[in-house]
Amino acid sequence: MSLLPNSLGHETILGIAQAAGAIALCLAVVLLCRWFGVRAGREATISLARGLMQMTLVGVVLALLLHGNVLIGLLILLIMAVAAAVTASSRLPEIPDALLLSFFAIASGAAVVIVAMLAMRALQSDVTILVPVGSMIIANAMNACAQAAERFKSEVAAHVGQIEAGLALGADPAATVAPFVQRAVYASLLPRLDMLKSLGLVWIPGVMAGMMVSGVNPFYAGIYQFVVVAMILASSGVAGLFITLLLRSRAFTPAAQLTLREQISTKRH
Amino acid sequence: MSDRRVDVSKRQKLDHSSLERGSQGLVALQTKKLSRVVAGKVLVEDVSVEVRAGEVLAVVGPSGAGKSSFLRLLNRLDEPTGGTVLVNGQDYRAIAPKALRRRVGMVMQRPYLFPGTVAANIAFGPAQRGETLSAAEVALLLEQVRLSGYQDRDVISLSGGEAQRVGLARTIANAPEAFLLDEPTSALDELAARDVEELVSDIVHERGLTCVIVTHDRSQAIRLARRTMVLESGKMVAIGPTKEVMARVSTAE
Repeated sequence: MSLLPNSLGHETILGIAQAAGAIALCLAVVLLCRWFGVRAGREATISLARGLMQMTLVGVVLALLLHGNVLIGLLILLIMAVAAAVTASSRLPEIPDALLLSFFAIASGAAVVIVAMLAMRALQSDVTILVPVGSMIIANAMNACAQAAERFKSEVAAHVGQIEAGLALGADPAATVAPFVQRAVYASLLPRLDMLKSLGLVWIPGVMAGMMVSGVNPFYAGIYQFVVVAMILASSGVAGLFITLLLRSRAFTPAAQLTLREQISTKRH
Repeated sequence: MSDRRVDVSKRQKLDHSSLERGSQGLVALQTKKLSRVVAGKVLVEDVSVEVRAGEVLAVVGPSGAGKSSFLRLLNRLDEPTGGTVLVNGQDYRAIAPKALRRRVGMVMQRPYLFPGTVAANIAFGPAQRGETLSAAEVALLLEQVRLSGYQDRDVISLSGGEAQRVGLARTIANAPEAFLLDEPTSALDELAARDVEELVSDIVHERGLTCVIVTHDRSQAIRLARRTMVLESGKMVAIGPTKEVMARVSTAE
């Protein structure tokens, strides 16, 4: 508990001032967007407020749990995965059990990678390392999940005729949507693939920068950053693939009838 | 797959005969109080009708009358919320959907061809059962729809009428016993529409297929079907010999 008062000093005031500057810049961009008819003001304000509040809380929690054991770290990651599933599933209002499906996809993607990293000793069970690195993996799995789900849904909606033509010819439901499953998973991987390609050339991510600031050998910091981004790609792949396959199974009835079409149109009307 | 390969020559022989002379078995369709309600909206309500084996039944009615919904129920692309369909007296829920849809083929308003060649589209149905159509079988089907030599054409390059004819060939490649046609000429210009209609008539009559055709064109119904059913707001309001039904509908209007 003595950590909290220590952190409320000069650095805290500096942090608040910097956050105020960042918010001011974001609001200026929102105003610029508004000038061109892009109305993102409400969502941007809410996102900024939520982001600031959440990160402040995370800081407080991490300060409190700095010396907690691995179970506490895993509990925090579990809560993060639930929050990620809530966010991802909000893009799928027409899908029954979307929260459960999203949680399963995100948690699977993140768990596979976190366990692998722990096994390779690329990740320490210390809360201060496990939680930030784990959160990056969960956040990317969440984005991949939302992107894959959105793409699959829109592909199905755009190809209802073709899918039903296949069904009417006696095709298996999985065969009728196979190209759309492939496109959805690839679309969810694309940002992560670009991220990996541009690593070190276009950007030096925060983990490496942080490690160098804290005195770690830049060569190891670079390799470790690659490991983190590669793991992000892996978790995104698992999350994107799982959510697409789960949605595919929900898109058809046991009698091979396309129901996703009706779910989408019923929700829209 | 391997045991299928062993029987390929035999199967091809059978398929050739079925492609040339029409399918062996004919199927009778009967609906019993067939209904479908979605989100409180009645699409089809208590429709009971029998289509005898080898008979052509036209379904007419105003837009939104439930004609296409009725046809989709026959192919079980949608699930009835009430009643059922009997295929040769058997409840169609007892037939595996893939097998049902092979036996009861459906041609939609638009052909919805898959990206690729004409030949790949025609071979699609049999491929779903792990069967491969020979080049000769594809050529025979294309000849039947008057598109000889179109095997390697990309479907993007086809006209509306040609695409619809490929759609017909793709459906008959499955050797169906019944044919469901959902306004197959409505999206075509007059010339192409007449061409496709003649083709449909030839295919149905040569093969003696049981056929249900949805059409908004009354003269087309008279040309193709002996009996006609009229749907309004999802309900069957008239059924009988096409000319009599059309005369009654005209008088009522």
